[in-house]
Amino acid sequence: MVSRCCRSIAACAGRAEIALELTGISHTFASESGGTPVRALEGIDLQLAPGEFFSVIGPSGCGKSTLLEIVAGLLRATEGRVVFDGREVAGEVPDGVGMVFQEDASFPWLSVWDNVAFGLRRRGTDPAEIVRRVDYALQFVGLADFARHHPRQLSGGMRQRVCIARTLVLEPRLILLDEPFGALDQQTRLVMGEELLRLWRETGATVLLITHSLDEAALLSDRIGVMSARPGRFIASLATGWPRERDSQVVNDPRFGALTAEMWTHLRAESLRSIRTSSG
Amino acid sequence: MSRRFDGLLFTIAVLLLWELLYRIVGSSGLSSPITTFATVVHLLGSARFWQNVAATADAFALAVVFSLGGGLAIGLLLGLSRFAGDVFDPILNALTAIPKITLYPVILLFFGLGMSAKVAFGTIHGIFPVIILTMNGVRNISPVIRKAARVMRLTPAQTIRNVLLPAALPEIFSGMRIGVSLALLGTLVGELFASDRGVGFMLIQSVEHSDVPTVMALTLLLFAVAVAGGLAMLQIDRRLRREG
Amino acid sequence: MSRVAAARWAIVLAGFATVELCCRTGVIGRLTMIPPSAMIVSALHLLTAPAIQSDLLFTITNAAAAIVIAVIAGFVAGVIIHALPRFRRIVDPLLAAYYAVPTFIFYPMLVAILGLNRAPLIAIGAVLGVVAMTVNTLAGLDRIPRVYVKTAAALRMPRVATALLVQLPAATPHLVTGVKLAVSYSIVGTIAGEFILSVAGLGRAMSLAYNNLDNATMYGLLLILIVTVTAINLAIYEWERAVHRRWGLR
Repeated sequence: MVSRCCRSIAACAGRAEIALELTGISHTFASESGGTPVRALEGIDLQLAPGEFFSVIGPSGCGKSTLLEIVAGLLRATEGRVVFDGREVAGEVPDGVGMVFQEDASFPWLSVWDNVAFGLRRRGTDPAEIVRRVDYALQFVGLADFARHHPRQLSGGMRQRVCIARTLVLEPRLILLDEPFGALDQQTRLVMGEELLRLWRETGATVLLITHSLDEAALLSDRIGVMSARPGRFIASLATGWPRERDSQVVNDPRFGALTAEMWTHLRAESLRSIRTSSG
Repeated sequence: MSRRFDGLLFTIAVLLLWELLYRIVGSSGLSSPITTFATVVHLLGSARFWQNVAATADAFALAVVFSLGGGLAIGLLLGLSRFAGDVFDPILNALTAIPKITLYPVILLFFGLGMSAKVAFGTIHGIFPVIILTMNGVRNISPVIRKAARVMRLTPAQTIRNVLLPAALPEIFSGMRIGVSLALLGTLVGELFASDRGVGFMLIQSVEHSDVPTVMALTLLLFAVAVAGGLAMLQIDRRLRREG
Repeated sequence: MSRVAAARWAIVLAGFATVELCCRTGVIGRLTMIPPSAMIVSALHLLTAPAIQSDLLFTITNAAAAIVIAVIAGFVAGVIIHALPRFRRIVDPLLAAYYAVPTFIFYPMLVAILGLNRAPLIAIGAVLGVVAMTVNTLAGLDRIPRVYVKTAAALRMPRVATALLVQLPAATPHLVTGVKLAVSYSIVGTIAGEFILSVAGLGRAMSLAYNNLDNATMYGLLLILIVTVTAINLAIYEWERAVHRRWGLR
């Protein structure tokens, strides 16, 4: 059930309908060689309804990736709380989370099939079930013919699809994506965006996507959170209002232009600030 | 600050370990740090030692000249001609796979005992890394750079001097660095077998006389010189790579 | 056959022919070198002699022991040093400068400590090979893409499983390079030891033949040694290439 939230983030449906909740998340990185510590995030509050597609957009270095790692449990925030499915996330990755990274995370020493099966095998899933799920996932991402290939024989886009398939088979309830298409060319990005929407509808999972592409955020999301330059805080929240069954044709809707324009209004000043402070 | 302290700590640990090893093994096998250092001081003050050093240095210098000069020339030729490079690449790999040490008796038979054998030992060790790394350095120069040189209509000599050599310099220097180290190794080994003078000769003589303190003192000196020289060249290598 | 391959064969055969001719016509004296054809005959003849066979076995088993020690010790040292960054900062320059040191200079010391038997031979071989393995283990561990470890964490894999199923395979190409170099250096070390001072082995047999002016035996043994060692090195080199190709590094 997609819930259309408006600007006030805390105004979503009642307690039982919250999949992910962040309260007062702040994070400071201690400096290694005794220099000044870096304040990456400042007072992040967020509530996601189950099955919601939420994108975070912001200038480079604003802490988006840090936020994602905190949500995933890979990093422990110096302040604040993360609650997923009613349970607190604290320094350990909870069950039911799937993650796709920007860099190619496909293992070169395994075939495509073995790559996708990797997570299931670690869980000790029944072999017959593994076969069923992996075959289905490969079919879903269109790599069924490449099951026996190795990642080195595939293009960048195909390798990301392997990583997506690897996440899909685990049937996650929360999918976290850190600029997953950042290393791909524009056209591949659009195609992969549609794939991601299919994946989202298929799994019914809650999705949290990090991107620096305005188009991508506007196209894919139910709701967009705009982040400031470092230390990152949410400075705006936009609801797109797209139907669940959407694809890239959405770019033709007049609201699309309005959304990207509004995002840019917020982001322009932040991006300039981020470029100036991060030079050298 | 912390790094120097760590370095000091490490040196002390090594010295303690050495002393401990000496206590365990006994003076027929090792000599204590103190004895060794005393022997080092004694050697550094002995004329005989410096004469031997001079003998080694003479042979080493020649070996370096041949390794670097010959290696550079051959490496450049093989690097510039794609055909020649392709033909010789596997041959060079096979030659590198042969442990040079197996050729020592052959060299002794060809050159007899003495200086030329030592220089030959040093050269066969030092020349191969220079050839291979120079050849690869030149071959791996980005085609874009070579095209730019052609567009600027440079003569072959200008191209080599002003474009190719600087572009390949980091890799060529790496080859030379390794070549020099190996040339030293070869010269010293040559002195073990083929000479009646030089530091290597002093070493094998001390071994035969069971003069453990001198064996260890010479080992320590060689170690220190090799490490210092190696590190110095490594620094230059790193600087070249950063700018290259 | 391509032009390149044809040129290569031509050069190699021309080289052999020249040497053979020089030897047979006396340009190179019999006391200096015997013709390549005679070397081959001598080598084949020697291989049938039990004394040579036991020497060959001696050298090969020593080298094998040295290799195993060098690879295991080098790998363990690499893992430990990688886990201790403060220690690594001090040790890094020493590792980098290690092969500038003529390590065989430690051989007399080792003989003095371990006695005149096979132990110092294995020791010097291992000492020569161990640092190559350590340096490459460190490089391999350094180059494990962080995204792999994050992926393992996101899959909630325990540390041991991550180390064995993700980090180790990721580092494998460099580990294989380390093994290649350790093999090559350890063999050199063992043979060098046999030349310098030894009780048995091919190196010693060659040394004896040389001292007895027995060129036929010496060159025959040389050929056996070169062919054996080169074959081993080339085989490992091919293995390394295959691994690198599979991991997509070439």
